[in-house]
Amino acid sequence: MNRNERIQDWDLIIEGKTSLFDLKFNDVWQYRDLLALLVKRDFISFYKQTVFGPLWFFIQPLFTMIVYTFVFGNLAGISTDGLPQPLFYLAGITAWSYFADCLTKTSTVFRDNANIFGKVYFPRLIMPLSIVVSNLIRFGVQFLLFLVLLAYYYAIGVELAFSWVLLLSPVLLVLMALFGLGLGLIITALTTKYRDLTFLVTFGVQLMMYGTTVIYPLNAAPENYKPWIAANPMTTIIETFRLAFLGAGNFSWASLGYSSVAIGVIFILGVLIFNKTERSFVDTI
Amino acid sequence: MSRKVIEVHQLSKAYQIGEFTTGTLSKDLERWWITRVRGKEDPFLKVGETNQRDKRGDSNVVWSLRDINFSIDQGEAVGIIGKNGAGKSTLLKLLSRVTAPTAGNIKVKGRIASLLEVGTGFHPELTGRENIYLNGAILGMRKREISRKLEEIVDFSGVERYIDTPVKRYSSGMYVRLAFAVAAHLESEILIVDEVLAVGDADFQKKCLGKMGEVSKGEGRTILFVSHNMASVKALCSRAILLTDGQISMNRDTSSVIKSYLNDPRSVPLERDFLRDPAIRRGNGEARFAEILVNDGVEFIDPSKTISIQCTIQVQKVIESLFFTLMLRGRESSEPIGASRMIPVSKENLEAGTIVSFTISLPPGLLRTGMYPAYFWIGKPRKIIGEHYPYDVVDSRFYLNCVSDKDEYELGYNPSDPVGFFTIDTKMRNLNIDQYVIK
Repeated sequence: MNRNERIQDWDLIIEGKTSLFDLKFNDVWQYRDLLALLVKRDFISFYKQTVFGPLWFFIQPLFTMIVYTFVFGNLAGISTDGLPQPLFYLAGITAWSYFADCLTKTSTVFRDNANIFGKVYFPRLIMPLSIVVSNLIRFGVQFLLFLVLLAYYYAIGVELAFSWVLLLSPVLLVLMALFGLGLGLIITALTTKYRDLTFLVTFGVQLMMYGTTVIYPLNAAPENYKPWIAANPMTTIIETFRLAFLGAGNFSWASLGYSSVAIGVIFILGVLIFNKTERSFVDTI
Repeated sequence: MSRKVIEVHQLSKAYQIGEFTTGTLSKDLERWWITRVRGKEDPFLKVGETNQRDKRGDSNVVWSLRDINFSIDQGEAVGIIGKNGAGKSTLLKLLSRVTAPTAGNIKVKGRIASLLEVGTGFHPELTGRENIYLNGAILGMRKREISRKLEEIVDFSGVERYIDTPVKRYSSGMYVRLAFAVAAHLESEILIVDEVLAVGDADFQKKCLGKMGEVSKGEGRTILFVSHNMASVKALCSRAILLTDGQISMNRDTSSVIKSYLNDPRSVPLERDFLRDPAIRRGNGEARFAEILVNDGVEFIDPSKTISIQCTIQVQKVIESLFFTLMLRGRESSEPIGASRMIPVSKENLEAGTIVSFTISLPPGLLRTGMYPAYFWIGKPRKIIGEHYPYDVVDSRFYLNCVSDKDEYELGYNPSDPVGFFTIDTKMRNLNIDQYVIK
């Protein structure tokens, strides 16, 4: 009895080996203020270091949209499902860049923070989480730009339709975040051992974009590639996103269900691998 | 009976040395292909390394800590000392959860905060106030807690005027002050401090030591303090743990641990390699210091005895004369605090290849305790400053690390402020005391 009491008396026991599934979510919750402050830091430092400030949030998607409209729309003449080209591309770009930003930024989280991780303990998962939330602000701004363009097309009388799938947009956002985060966590854990994977990330993300329906609709994809493209969870997300706001795109519960499961598995795998690496990466990096 | 707040049981940490992966995926794949699939020798294994399984098992692993056991009670301030590589930093890293132990465990009661290096996570673009919040949160404080302590922190740091200025405009001193202020106001039950006091000006260091003493004695918080500065360890800690090669070789009251450490011939980590590296030397190189030995290379010096410094100089080219100067810098500020006169070693020509050696001595009781960076100069003197050129200068590479196992009061000093660096040797004459009896 007395013995039991004494064992329970300790607040923390640091041990060599812990279970793979000891994810310390409790700790993450304890440090939620840090998460908020890191997001604030990211925003302020971005805002302060640039001449145009948050204007950059607009410029990047706007120019990408113009280039895509010119190259893929006008020169290559790729179908846009009957939608106005700028709107079609901007929808794809907005969603894709959120995912891509989450992925590329989290994929270097160990390397970028090696210094601070080597000195002080806090749940490492806070860092990638803060990246995902920081990017959410950026996404919000870009989404606003998309809405402005949408309003413009309404004003000039182009027929567009919202769909009831609009209600699913929060789900889409969460899925994108989890997907980017999960993949990023796997990659960052591997890069502590294999540096050359970092080169692969930027390049891989670019390639992956062409395997996603950012610059073309799923309907226009060649039949024999279609299953592959549809197997990419981002395809479902972008198609659903377009259907929700522009009224053209593929949606089925089956594909959404499949994507959710795939993303869920990747995310859980990412968190497990990250957590395993986190414990001793300071010794190897 | 006081309560245990830290209990360390059979704690060990092993590091793998050498290449356990080639570092890139492509090479690892190549290695796998060559060794496993084609069955040839590993091309990435270093030449000369044996590949026997039984030998590699031992040789690739270094135990930085091995089977450490100790416990610490609430409110204790414990110093951890040991020479470089003894495992001090590893122990702190394990305690602060930066890395995980290989075996054994640590049980902790209450929150641990570590000051492994102050200012971690400071962002140059953010203002002082914003950084207080960020740094506080990194160290584990809640936002509410920081807001409550904000005024106190700003006050302690002494940078109130610039609190809304981005910290990139701060001087390094202000930066450190602010960073330490945040850490010192953590509401953690256990505080881990590693050499933080090596920075900041003297005043502030005193303030920090005072704050830490107050924290452990007044607030009942527990402190683990790692430092090479024996004077601060002695001032702050009641108990000390001496680590030698990853094991605890002593765990007793501070005075006796320091005493045995200082007398241990193994504690001689002076970095003499510097003298072998001509690339980072000043002076024209016509003569070079080949060896500098302070008190025969003992790391700690007893200032109440004569301090002797032995220098060996190698002449590289024919020189017409050789003069020597010793200068000492201050304990904390590194400002020059005093110098010897120019001592003529030779006023005649010295041929290349000549080896000169001599011993300089400082009188007993000159210096007070502390680390004094030393500056050694050899050269050819001229009256005009511009032509006064050195053959060689060795600056702040060697320290006079004066430590005493007696405290200031026992040494006959007035322990209150201000302290100063050396003793003014005074003699009193014509003492006259007229006694009056007042009713």
